[in-house]
Amino acid sequence: MQRTEHQALTDRMRLTLDEEQLTNCMRCGFCQTACPTFLETGLEAASPRGRIALMKAVVDGIMEPDESFQAQMDLCLGCRACEPACPSDVKYGQLIEQTREAIAQEKKYSMPVKLARKTFLEGLFPHQGRMKFMGKALKFYQKSGLQKLARSTGAMKMFPEHLQQLEKALPEVSGDGLMDLWRKAGFPVRAEKSSSGAKLLIIPAVGETIARVGMFRGCIMDVMFAETNVNTVRLLRQAGFEVAVPDAQVCCGALHAHSGEMEDAKNLASKNISAFQEAGVDYIASNAGGCGALLKEYDHLMKEDQNPSIRNAAVTFAGQVKDISELLQGIGRPLLHKEQDPKTAAVKVTYQDSCHLRNVMRVQGQPRELMQGIPGVQLCELQGSEVCCGSAGIYNMTQPEMSTDLLDHKMENVEQTGAETIVTSNPGCLLQMKWGIERAGTGEHVRAVHLVDLLSESVILDDKMGL
Amino acid sequence: MLEQHIREQMNAVVGDKWFKDDQESLVSYSYDATPLYQSMPDAVIFPGSTQEVSDIVKICAAHSIPIVGRGAGSNLCGGTVPLKGGVVLVMTRMNKLLEIDSENLTATFQAGLNTKQFHMTVERTGLFYPPDPSSMIICTMGGNIALGAGGLRGLKYGTTKDYVLGLEAVMPDGSILRTGGKLVKDVAGYDLTRLLVGSGGTLAIITEATVKLIPKPVYRRAMVAMYDDLEAAAKTVSNIIANHMFPCTLEFMDQPTLQVVEDFAKIGLPVEAKAMLAIEQDGTVEDVERDLKKIEEICMASGAVQMRVASSPEEGAKVMEARRSALAALSRLRPTTILEDATVPRSKIAEMVGEVQRIAAKHQVQICTFGHAGDGNLHPTAMTDARNPEEIHRVEQAFAEIFEAAIAMGGTITGEHGVGNVKAPYLEWKVGAAGMDMMKRIKEAIDPQGIMNPGKMFAETRKRIVVQEPKLTGV
Repeated sequence: MQRTEHQALTDRMRLTLDEEQLTNCMRCGFCQTACPTFLETGLEAASPRGRIALMKAVVDGIMEPDESFQAQMDLCLGCRACEPACPSDVKYGQLIEQTREAIAQEKKYSMPVKLARKTFLEGLFPHQGRMKFMGKALKFYQKSGLQKLARSTGAMKMFPEHLQQLEKALPEVSGDGLMDLWRKAGFPVRAEKSSSGAKLLIIPAVGETIARVGMFRGCIMDVMFAETNVNTVRLLRQAGFEVAVPDAQVCCGALHAHSGEMEDAKNLASKNISAFQEAGVDYIASNAGGCGALLKEYDHLMKEDQNPSIRNAAVTFAGQVKDISELLQGIGRPLLHKEQDPKTAAVKVTYQDSCHLRNVMRVQGQPRELMQGIPGVQLCELQGSEVCCGSAGIYNMTQPEMSTDLLDHKMENVEQTGAETIVTSNPGCLLQMKWGIERAGTGEHVRAVHLVDLLSESVILDDKMGL
Repeated sequence: MLEQHIREQMNAVVGDKWFKDDQESLVSYSYDATPLYQSMPDAVIFPGSTQEVSDIVKICAAHSIPIVGRGAGSNLCGGTVPLKGGVVLVMTRMNKLLEIDSENLTATFQAGLNTKQFHMTVERTGLFYPPDPSSMIICTMGGNIALGAGGLRGLKYGTTKDYVLGLEAVMPDGSILRTGGKLVKDVAGYDLTRLLVGSGGTLAIITEATVKLIPKPVYRRAMVAMYDDLEAAAKTVSNIIANHMFPCTLEFMDQPTLQVVEDFAKIGLPVEAKAMLAIEQDGTVEDVERDLKKIEEICMASGAVQMRVASSPEEGAKVMEARRSALAALSRLRPTTILEDATVPRSKIAEMVGEVQRIAAKHQVQICTFGHAGDGNLHPTAMTDARNPEEIHRVEQAFAEIFEAAIAMGGTITGEHGVGNVKAPYLEWKVGAAGMDMMKRIKEAIDPQGIMNPGKMFAETRKRIVVQEPKLTGV
């Protein structure tokens, strides 16, 4: 970037940054012990207080938003652990997104980065059909022997080491989404029309219906972890919820918002808001902390929308969003578990908080309570479970060094617990845990699973009821 | 920016990784937790050893470059803002706990050690280090010593200055000084340890310290007393002390403080009360229960409307932790929060609370008051907006009057935050012309070049608002 571009970015930041929030930071520093990048580096600039001071310095004209400034903003994981730690209630998440938005608008990205951003953020995530196609392609890659070939011939070695390891951690995908798998399993479902005539699939509750829950299937979730989506719906209906799956739903837009592409995020949000409003749901279920957190903040995202009915609908939508663990622990009927042979030793599990589930949705008790309710499972608290694992959206691809430092520390702490199972509540964290196991070479005795999958191994499910 | 040959010399001492003078580093070490102050250094250095500190100080001395020692940058007196540029020495890499000596009941550590971590490690051995500044989750022991930090337990246990037994420090010429030791008694010469504690980096850079530890109390319990009026709460504090009771913590919060703290911590504080006292006692189970009962009686007799005793140590800890967040939580009310630490003899607490209210009303500024009432240390906190110079001016006027009132009661301008540059204009009000003269002569003898944290401790004395002594000496 040239000097004039720095000036343009400065001007842009003066427009986009919330001055109140910048002033509200009183620099007490209480955020620092919660910040993973500060804990790793010990550098003031790599802490929330430091980053806010840098943003303010740009707005105040004390410094130029040069490359190192932008790199520092990129180094933030966006885990938002600083927000619950902040006694002044500074909305750091908003400040970092506003800064990234300004950078995204002014920055001339290098060709490969531009291409990657365009491919994933515009071309892929928003389109469920294309995501499924990618899933099929991935399945072909994994099943056709191409993967074996790529690994054995060393073709994978052309990629940076962290991408090679990530590739190994990818789960086996079927290419089928939630509803494909649901139908193939022969579970009950009926088609309805939403109030606007869009396609809506309804899965009946087991027993008496408590409420209607809209299932947010997610874009990556529905390709990489479609089985987890299936299990989520099985558990929801078992707990007494009628589940509605609006076909018109799209990607939540979180990866767009975190990369500064706010307009794209808003477009996706308004589609989702309509889709679920028309489905007449009482709650909206998310099984991915990263998606749930943005869904929960749709009211903030849409607060400047021209259309008042969209703004109101966004507020309603945000209020309806619940993590699956909130719905199962406290709102739904208690789940019954299969009997456990009392002679078998308890399985040790440990839990890695999803940052956005904990820090934005503020859910940390329910997942733990659900695990403690499983017979024969012993929950061993992970030291530093509140510290980000380094996955953070696409962070592990863009910031491999910091990401692996965090991950390796995380795996040392996992080792300490003696757990055989690492449980998470977000696909990004789950992939990262699998990658961590790969890196630590503990795959023989440690596995990583989504909370929902762990639960459905033990809960009594009346899958055929309602056919 | 330092001259290239100086940069190279410094680089050679600490290595490329730990010498920084890029824009981002300079900005991010230009401030601390003190509102309204910011000034850019010329370089930021992270030394890894006492020898490295000494080598850097020698280079600075040779070229008359200012040196500012810094821990976590959580102080509230502008103590680590590099007002005259120069080098900021960030001590956080030197963070090792070197020894817990359970035979002599001492601990020795490097200056950059985090206070909370130190507490936790010490307590795991069954020992106890009482000074607990509210910023302990981030601050460093070296910073605590440099500014003479206090905390919630000052009443019963004293503050940092009562625990430091020995120091290692780098003097302005780069020489390495060692004072004191693992000694309960030591009167060999001038007490240089005490001189350096609270000197705020104006005499030396503290690199290592030995502090005394005490046995950890086996039991602790907290309770809160609620009041319909502020004066009754303040009066209770004096009554508790006058009855020879020494709770380990005796904290005061007025209603606005209560409301914001509850808003942040959500632990069921009585937001409808006009004032609250949070009281904690530690010791043996019998002693604690007996003392709390007695204190409860004193509270009720002094006008408390309701008492609530914590059902478990955890519940009590939550109240105290919430209290620690008071300052930052108050900042939710207005963009800028300016906190002071005027301190009076404990018998004057009620009088002082009344004065603060009167002065706030007079200058039409919003001032909330909380603090370590048991040791006479109040934190009148002004909620304001740095973008409004007229209002900031009124806040300054109000604080000047609060300091004046405190001194008139036999109190001081700062109980535990240190002088830094924020209190420097008021220092003479407290110590007088003779006191200033003596302090300046000490400073000149130790740091003749004036390179150690320049701009702190000594500043032009502010004109007194209420002239109590006829002489008005400018500096």
